Amino acid sequence: MAMPIEEIAESMYKLVAEAQGKKKLKAMDLTKSMIELYGDEVDKKACKQAVRMLIDSERCVYTYFGGSYVELPHKEGAAPPTD
Amino acid sequence: MAEKTSETPLLDELEKGPWPSFVKEIKMAAETNPMGSDLLNLLERSYREKICHWKHGGIVGVLGYGGGVIGRYNDLPEEYPHIAHFHTMRINQPAGWYYSTKALRTVCDIWERHGSGITNMHGSTGDIILLGCHTDALEPTFQELAKNGFDIGGSGSDVRTPSCCLGQSRCEWSCYDTMAACYDFTMTYQDEIHRPAFPYKWKFKFSGCPNDCVAAIARADISFIGTWRDDIRMDKDAVLEYADRGLDIQKDVVELCPAKCIAWDGKELCIDNRACVHCMHCINVMPKALRPGTDTGACILIGSKAPIIEGAFLSSVIIPFFKMEPPYQELKDLVEEMWDLWCEEGKNRERIGEFIQRVGMGNFLEAVGVEPVAEMVAHPRENPYIFYEEYFEEEDEEEEEADE
Repeated sequence: MAMPIEEIAESMYKLVAEAQGKKKLKAMDLTKSMIELYGDEVDKKACKQAVRMLIDSERCVYTYFGGSYVELPHKEGAAPPTD
Repeated sequence: MAEKTSETPLLDELEKGPWPSFVKEIKMAAETNPMGSDLLNLLERSYREKICHWKHGGIVGVLGYGGGVIGRYNDLPEEYPHIAHFHTMRINQPAGWYYSTKALRTVCDIWERHGSGITNMHGSTGDIILLGCHTDALEPTFQELAKNGFDIGGSGSDVRTPSCCLGQSRCEWSCYDTMAACYDFTMTYQDEIHRPAFPYKWKFKFSGCPNDCVAAIARADISFIGTWRDDIRMDKDAVLEYADRGLDIQKDVVELCPAKCIAWDGKELCIDNRACVHCMHCINVMPKALRPGTDTGACILIGSKAPIIEGAFLSSVIIPFFKMEPPYQELKDLVEEMWDLWCEEGKNRERIGEFIQRVGMGNFLEAVGVEPVAEMVAHPRENPYIFYEEYFEEEDEEEEEADE
């Protein structure tokens, strides 16, 4: 049975949160992890929608550090301090 | 009275000479926007110190998009406060770079309201490049551009803004409608442009003929280069006219033909079309006399890139001839097949050309379901890089089994 997109998104969110500050994850890393975890219950299309849900809800953001990653929103380290 | 000393003597050198000068343009922008003068002063300092003062990347962007905004901050924000944030926005250019003056004014007015007013028309990707704005100005700029029919382009590990030559809109040599194809692929892959999900960047470029005015063969991960599969069209009278007007056809055309497929006896030009490699040289030299054939389409090539991580790669032929007719579904299916494989097996920051080099073209073709053909050679009629033996063996074995 197909896993609901919301559940996939939640599972991805947990992965991103656990990796925050330790490892940067790409959208494809999240997809591969979901397929590894849930097998036939998920597919690439559903994972794509789940990433979209995380970004559109602003629970996660895209970042760029030589490549594009999905991370939790945080204060931009390179940005100058604000008063 | 002593003459006022310039604050940017090194940059001033770049204003000299007859060619356009970006320093001159930034100085003009500085007259109305303090970002311009901070930019000049910081650049002068970088030239003097030989140190780059820009930090690159980060989390800047507009809501929902993962590409199209390139974060830049300077590392001396107290000294150059107006450009403490100086992000770049890539805006998807119109196919063929056609604008009305009204559209150009609209983009420039929006940018003067929200950013530095400094543009780069166009970046090497082909996009409209808007240089320099604060993080807070990104979303309002995007919203205003969107209201006027413009969208952000690609950056990062996504499909970069597809680009094309002006094709059949102005060029009689164009073998297919590059603008239509570019627009179609751009609209089909909106999600892939705005939401980075690949190991690294992916570039589509569409050239109407082998002159390849968008340099697809050297820059695009997948190139669509117009070609023909019938004979070069020839106006014999026009050939004679070129000769009468002093063109040395033997020296300038025949002897420079890379395929050595042209003969000239002083009266008649003969082309062995079966041996022609479609380099366009003869057509370029005698445009009134020679033209591409009428059975036209595109040659699809894969895997070029400029030298960033590894050295430069030129593309390899993957489909020798394809009739470029909408909706291009077969091509899209092939592209998606390649993306699946590359996303599954590609390493981080590995372009598809590098991926192919790592796994081998034979294995790559097999994985994406493309049969190797004789046209897939590194150079025409030499250096075949497909290892055919295994395919022959398989076929031989099948034949042997059938015989039994």
